[in-house]
Amino acid sequence: MSLLSGDLPRSRILSLLLLAVLVGLAFAPFLFGGAQPINTAAKVCVFILLVASYDLLIGYSGIVSFAHTMFFGIGGYGVGLALYYGTATWPVALGGLAAALVTGVLLAFAIGLFSLRVRALFYAMITLAVASAFAVLASQLSAFTGGEDGRSFRVPDALRPGTKFLDAPLFGVDVNGRLLAYYIVFLTVLALFLLLLRIVNSPFGRVLQAIRENEFRAEALGYRVVRYRVAANCIAAALAVVAGGLNALWLRYTGPDTTLSFTIMMDILLMVVIGGMGTLYGSVLGATLFVVAQNYLQKLMGSAAQALEATPLLARLVDPDRWLLWLGVLFVLSVYFFPTGIVGRLRSGRQAR
Amino acid sequence: MAGPLLSLAGVHTHIGRYHILQGVDLAVEDGGVTVLLGRNGAGKTTTLRTVMGLWKPSAGSVVFAGRPIGGAPTPDIARAGIAYVPESMGIFADLTVEENMVLAARDGPPDAGRLDWIFSVFPALRTFWHHRAGVLSGGQKQMLSIARAVIEPRRLILVDEPTKGIAPAIIESMIRAFLELKATGTTILLVEQNVRFAGAVGDRVAVMDDGRVVHTGSMRELVADAALQARLLGLSLEASH
Repeated sequence: MSLLSGDLPRSRILSLLLLAVLVGLAFAPFLFGGAQPINTAAKVCVFILLVASYDLLIGYSGIVSFAHTMFFGIGGYGVGLALYYGTATWPVALGGLAAALVTGVLLAFAIGLFSLRVRALFYAMITLAVASAFAVLASQLSAFTGGEDGRSFRVPDALRPGTKFLDAPLFGVDVNGRLLAYYIVFLTVLALFLLLLRIVNSPFGRVLQAIRENEFRAEALGYRVVRYRVAANCIAAALAVVAGGLNALWLRYTGPDTTLSFTIMMDILLMVVIGGMGTLYGSVLGATLFVVAQNYLQKLMGSAAQALEATPLLARLVDPDRWLLWLGVLFVLSVYFFPTGIVGRLRSGRQAR
Repeated sequence: MAGPLLSLAGVHTHIGRYHILQGVDLAVEDGGVTVLLGRNGAGKTTTLRTVMGLWKPSAGSVVFAGRPIGGAPTPDIARAGIAYVPESMGIFADLTVEENMVLAARDGPPDAGRLDWIFSVFPALRTFWHHRAGVLSGGQKQMLSIARAVIEPRRLILVDEPTKGIAPAIIESMIRAFLELKATGTTILLVEQNVRFAGAVGDRVAVMDDGRVVHTGSMRELVADAALQARLLGLSLEASH
């Protein structure tokens, strides 16, 4: 209860789903063998943090920003380039993360201070412009950043697959550097998610919600709107930077496609909307569903196409190459049937009874 | 304290290209209820919003408790001790009644004694304490909006047409709330069209027309003088009752 800051799921199905995600992620290396499931689980973790921090902006504060991937990228490049140019040690990795945090928060502060006074639409445009400029910069400074190819780098010894902590496998799983890396990602995300839950349920979070609903009333009650918005912007940016750092550490690679691309920004938006805006639990479900679908829909369709080989038209429809089409259909349907997101739907269903 | 609690001198306010306030002179004495009357479009709401800093005056001075506040940021004006209950009520519909009140109390949880007093005047707020404010009825929202303004002692409360679209039964409890509030020494500047309500709670009256204050005096005087009513408001308090 206090761990969740008093913000309980308030729906039995929602509690079960969240518990399933938590257990699934906590034991992912032991539950599912092979590289793809564990990669998917790590990506789910990273995106839960990324989407939850974005929800602090769009859902709780009503700030529409398209620069969230930029902060994700700053984290990724901060850790990645530090390890690429420096030695593969912990101080270097943490130093890169710290530098990225400072850069990200300062940038968020500046963007917020200069532009949160303008209308929402203009703010969105400004963030889009800054994020695009940053993406262009990252790919143009190829001598430093590796350009479109990005940079592959060595991680600290403790995180390498070759590092074995136990001689014998534990429950059939090698206790190696990859396992440690996964649990660093998982536990960091879990801790920061709980922190974020605390933030949105604090008096500060209530003021943000009040501002989202009625800016002028919040001012008339004595709250300086710009100050609160800038603070929300900086917190969200800092968490996105950490998510980017974890992502780079897990992938042992940083590049524009994994962090800065506009496609990722769209994915984040979709995850927030599918899960349910204005509730952090929504980001957990949205991110999990989306990433799993992204990684497994193709496979699922491949087996469906094989099964339907005899029926020519259907087999063509579920051809694995068309997985994006079906992903799109799924999104349209989910937004149509759950306009308030999965969490909104589950919670309102409880109230109706 | 010498002088009025709030005084406006020659205040002009433009909204876009419209010149709404055209030299408002108004003094609100410390204590009691001053009612701002006048036909629609006379500038009553704009006067309240200008005091609150939601519109910036283009000329003139606004002085509150001896401090010039004209053009100051709204949050500073709020923290100087002025609360505002807008006509739109402006409750935070997604937050609970409790959360609305805690936000209004600003620093720390609301004072328990004061909360009990609010519950005694507006019992519905206790009933719906943990409900989303959005599910309240119009009258209950208005109660919440007023309760939010008085959750902490404020020196001056600006209230814009609290009875608009409110059931008569609720108006009675609002009259009671205003009278009790007045007894605590809170100064109220009230914009009101409901003459019965205005007559029941008002001490002084200021009548506005075309962006200026055209008459000030006591409420009792105005209620007693039918000719003055007809001249100022084009209506009779008795007839509209």
